[in-house]
Amino acid sequence: MTKNALGALMVVLLLGVAAYASFFIAPTDAKQGLIYRILFLHVASAWTGLTGFFICFIANLLYVWRRQPRWDWLGVSAAETGLVFTTVVLVTGPIWAHPVWGIWWTWDARLTSTFVLWLLYVAYLLLRTLIEEPDRRALLSALFGIFAFVDVPLVFGSIRWWRTQHPQPIIMGEPGSGLDPLMYKVLFFTWFAMLGLLILLLRQRYQLEAMRGDLDMIQRDLETA
Amino acid sequence: MTLLSNTSALLGKELRTEFRSRELLTTTVVFVLIVIVLFSFTFDPTSEESRRFGSGLLWLAFLFAASLMLQPCFLREQSNDTLSAVRLSVGDPFAIFLAKLVANTLFLLATELLLLPLFAIMYNVPVLAVLPWLVLVFFLGSLGISVVGTALSAISAQARMRELLLPLLLLPLLTPILVASTEVTSSLFDRAPYVQWKGIGFLAVFDLVFLTALWLFGEYLLEE
Repeated sequence: MTKNALGALMVVLLLGVAAYASFFIAPTDAKQGLIYRILFLHVASAWTGLTGFFICFIANLLYVWRRQPRWDWLGVSAAETGLVFTTVVLVTGPIWAHPVWGIWWTWDARLTSTFVLWLLYVAYLLLRTLIEEPDRRALLSALFGIFAFVDVPLVFGSIRWWRTQHPQPIIMGEPGSGLDPLMYKVLFFTWFAMLGLLILLLRQRYQLEAMRGDLDMIQRDLETA
Repeated sequence: MTLLSNTSALLGKELRTEFRSRELLTTTVVFVLIVIVLFSFTFDPTSEESRRFGSGLLWLAFLFAASLMLQPCFLREQSNDTLSAVRLSVGDPFAIFLAKLVANTLFLLATELLLLPLFAIMYNVPVLAVLPWLVLVFFLGSLGISVVGTALSAISAQARMRELLLPLLLLPLLTPILVASTEVTSSLFDRAPYVQWKGIGFLAVFDLVFLTALWLFGEYLLEE
């Protein structure tokens, strides 16, 4: 309990510093002005969400290989937390896009693939609610998770090649694009703080899932006894 | 070469089952036909407009049709528990998937080729000159749909609400197929048609990636 509380305190502190840095330390963008500051939350959430989905993929592989319930618990926890961060990305994106691009949404590679990614993991979580038997649920959802993760680069590639009419990405885009070094520092610090939040949420969700698993086992034992 | 002989035996079974009743093919053909007709009300189907929207219309219709057609793939094995019998008689479960996905590809391709002339006439899009290329795109696209769809129908058959679940799992996963097939088809429908090799290569890569994934993980999908 104290461990969790201490962890939470740390994360709140880190996030506070990150918020302060993104509002007051990072220089104001010459072209976009203040609104660009949402980038720190937006991009850091995107990276953190992807980290969550990557953890989910690894957990899915480990479940298929080792068949230990804990990998299933980790998989569902990572998918859920990843989905939360990706939702933040999808909400903060249009908030930034409207004043800067003049439109809320455009079907460009990153937006569309993020949205498809979000849909894939919603489908993953939905699938889990529709299979009763725990071992079967774990195995089948793990397999779907693997297929979904394999699909992600293909989704991104197809949309980037054929469906993008948009300015090149600023980060990891063409040479000549890029951020001010101080902005990079703030961005990476925000990501670090967000990763702390991810770990915190993941831990809590994992413990909950483990307790659910135990409860399920006890109920089954009682029914058979 | 037991994989090949097993697959061909199972494929024979799939085709025989279908051609005795022809349920799957007839319903799918009628479904796509309805979609094609209904789509004509959503935009002005002049030749020029059809060249622009026709390819997307076709592929969306194929995708929806596939998500319905793939439902019974594993489901119809359940009523008499024939899947267990098949599994016991076949060493490598990949043969079961291979047979089913080849059968599904053939059914889908048959539906598409049957309705292509109708689409060409109703929407005034000439297709004869680019027919071989269209067949290639239809084949690669249908193969991709069938590989992913066969795997996912093995999953959805074991869940509740399976009729709704399969499209839900399948359609977002098939985004790359929809994008690439639509692009290649639309360049073939162009006034000056050309072949988009990049798209054809992409479809082939998609098919290969998911065939490999199915080969690696397919056996777990059928675990008792």
